[in-house]
Amino acid sequence: MSRDTLVSFEGVVKRFGNFLAVQKLDFEIRKGEFLAIMGSSGCGKTTTLRMLAGLEAPSEGVIRLAGKPINDLPTWSRDTPMVWQSLALFPFLNVRENVEFALKMRGVGKVERRRRAEQWLDRMQITEFAERNISQLSGGQRQRVALARSLVVEPEILLLDEPLSALDAALKVRMQSVLKNLQRETGITFVYVTHSQSEAFSMADRVVIMSRGKIEQIGTPQEIYRTPRSRFVAEFLGSSNIFQGTLERGDRGGIVLDTPLGKFETGGPAVVQPGSAATMTVLDTKTHLATERPSGTRNVFSARMVGEEFVGATATIYLEAPGGQEIRVQKGHDELAGLPLEIGRELFIHWDPSDGHVIAQA
Amino acid sequence: MNGSDDLNRNRAVDWALMAYIVLAYAFVFAPIAASFVFSFNSDRFPSIPLGQFSLDWYRAIAMDPLVWEGARNTLFVGVIVGVVSTALGFGAAYTDYRYMFTGKQVYLALALLPPTIPVIILGLAMLAYLSRISLSGNALSVIISHVVVCAPFAMAIIRLRLSQMDPALEPAAWNLGASEWKTMRHVIVPFTMPAILGALFITMAVSFDEFAVAWFVSGLNETLPVKVLGFLQGQVSPRINAIGTFVFILSMTLVILAQLLLSGRGATPADKE
Repeated sequence: MSRDTLVSFEGVVKRFGNFLAVQKLDFEIRKGEFLAIMGSSGCGKTTTLRMLAGLEAPSEGVIRLAGKPINDLPTWSRDTPMVWQSLALFPFLNVRENVEFALKMRGVGKVERRRRAEQWLDRMQITEFAERNISQLSGGQRQRVALARSLVVEPEILLLDEPLSALDAALKVRMQSVLKNLQRETGITFVYVTHSQSEAFSMADRVVIMSRGKIEQIGTPQEIYRTPRSRFVAEFLGSSNIFQGTLERGDRGGIVLDTPLGKFETGGPAVVQPGSAATMTVLDTKTHLATERPSGTRNVFSARMVGEEFVGATATIYLEAPGGQEIRVQKGHDELAGLPLEIGRELFIHWDPSDGHVIAQA
Repeated sequence: MNGSDDLNRNRAVDWALMAYIVLAYAFVFAPIAASFVFSFNSDRFPSIPLGQFSLDWYRAIAMDPLVWEGARNTLFVGVIVGVVSTALGFGAAYTDYRYMFTGKQVYLALALLPPTIPVIILGLAMLAYLSRISLSGNALSVIISHVVVCAPFAMAIIRLRLSQMDPALEPAAWNLGASEWKTMRHVIVPFTMPAILGALFITMAVSFDEFAVAWFVSGLNETLPVKVLGFLQGQVSPRINAIGTFVFILSMTLVILAQLLLSGRGATPADKE
């Protein structure tokens, strides 16, 4: 455990009856980082957060906060405030009283309580709503109250459980930058649980991807996006074309993946046993289209165009390869301008060998 | 009814439904209204045409020490029953809200059972039981019996309110540093307050009006409804109408208060220190 570790999960397991919600969790949260825990529903991400908050007790293993085991500490004795998916603001208290709540529970005097609440109301730009009832606030204002209510105790760590899921798209983007700035300015460690890739990747310093109670990969958004560690992660992100085959040593030094669509070269180092099964991913933005078979590359095959999807500045072209595999190509509109994009048209797919990423375990 | 400009509503049906409601209420309230009218009538017997307007019967009951004694008993019993039933009902409702345990369905069924037992049976059973443990024939026995009848109402009312609470509210308070007791005091009780007051008024009203059980167990400490029966057995007097009107207005006030609290925005004044 290094000096900048704030939280560590050591062999943490959580069972609900016979259901294994979290299995063997071993990871660390660094001081001052923005960590996103991402996965589909039921993957154990919320259970992990709730164990850290002290709302669930681990069945096995140890959770340490600043080096000390906190397994047996009730949630009200931990400084691990949480922002809830429903926000869980107290409807019978006004904005100021909501923000003061945690201080009042800690026995902070009235004057001091008011002063500290005032600071956070000001910081979250909700001073003008201080005397309002919660029911009179908009969604974005409620978010700010929830943040102020949790941060008023100036904790080392803030837990967030999908707090933006109820907001509309525009407000969501705005709150993302509010959260990111707040985290940077305060230096408080944020642990943010979400099922949304765009939220996790736009805010987090590191992302944990969970599936079926296990961690699939931990890394920076860049690392995870470019070099998914498993086929699951690549499929979960959905931004790569995935090829399955057996590895061979290439005649020009690199390695070659023998797939039903052809033999594809990759620039990566030959870290794997020739003859073993492997998966290769190529980002859809690094996959190119051509009308003529490009010369000088082996990484090419033909596919039939089946659809086009307009996504703002870019478009995604869907094609069907022989054998039925779906191929995605994402390009800017100017790059697509010269191509005859018609449904049913045969086009050549190609990519640079250095853009192929090989995952050892198939 | 302003639904006539609504495209999807039939005017004839609207009028028929309106008439149905008026008739149903008329059927329910006609006897009470009659009692109300005759309580201000100077004639000895209820008959049409009416005599003169008079407050004689009210004067008569105000002078009757027996009525005063009954009213005092009723009030004393009612207030205590309201407080105790509401406290018990709150505990039972919170237990149901907070905990999962085997046999919870049985627990709920038993907790809500007493009002479904015919009151005659309940009164008889109470009398037999309370006299066995030497508690019959006084105000305490009426209180105990009425709590048995009223607590389930309180529980049902408070349980409904708790079911409207965001399940994250209580853990959110814990997470912000409130122990379980502090959360009870600063979150659960304030949130439930409209229902707690509602339950208090309704259980008081039920106790004021309850006759059968009180008749069995009250002994010499008769509540007002039991006294009324005593009057009726002796003589038919318009005083009964006056008492009836008085009790009716008192009960309705309580029920209306409860209804306002329960259907309001649920906002109670914040807990200030």
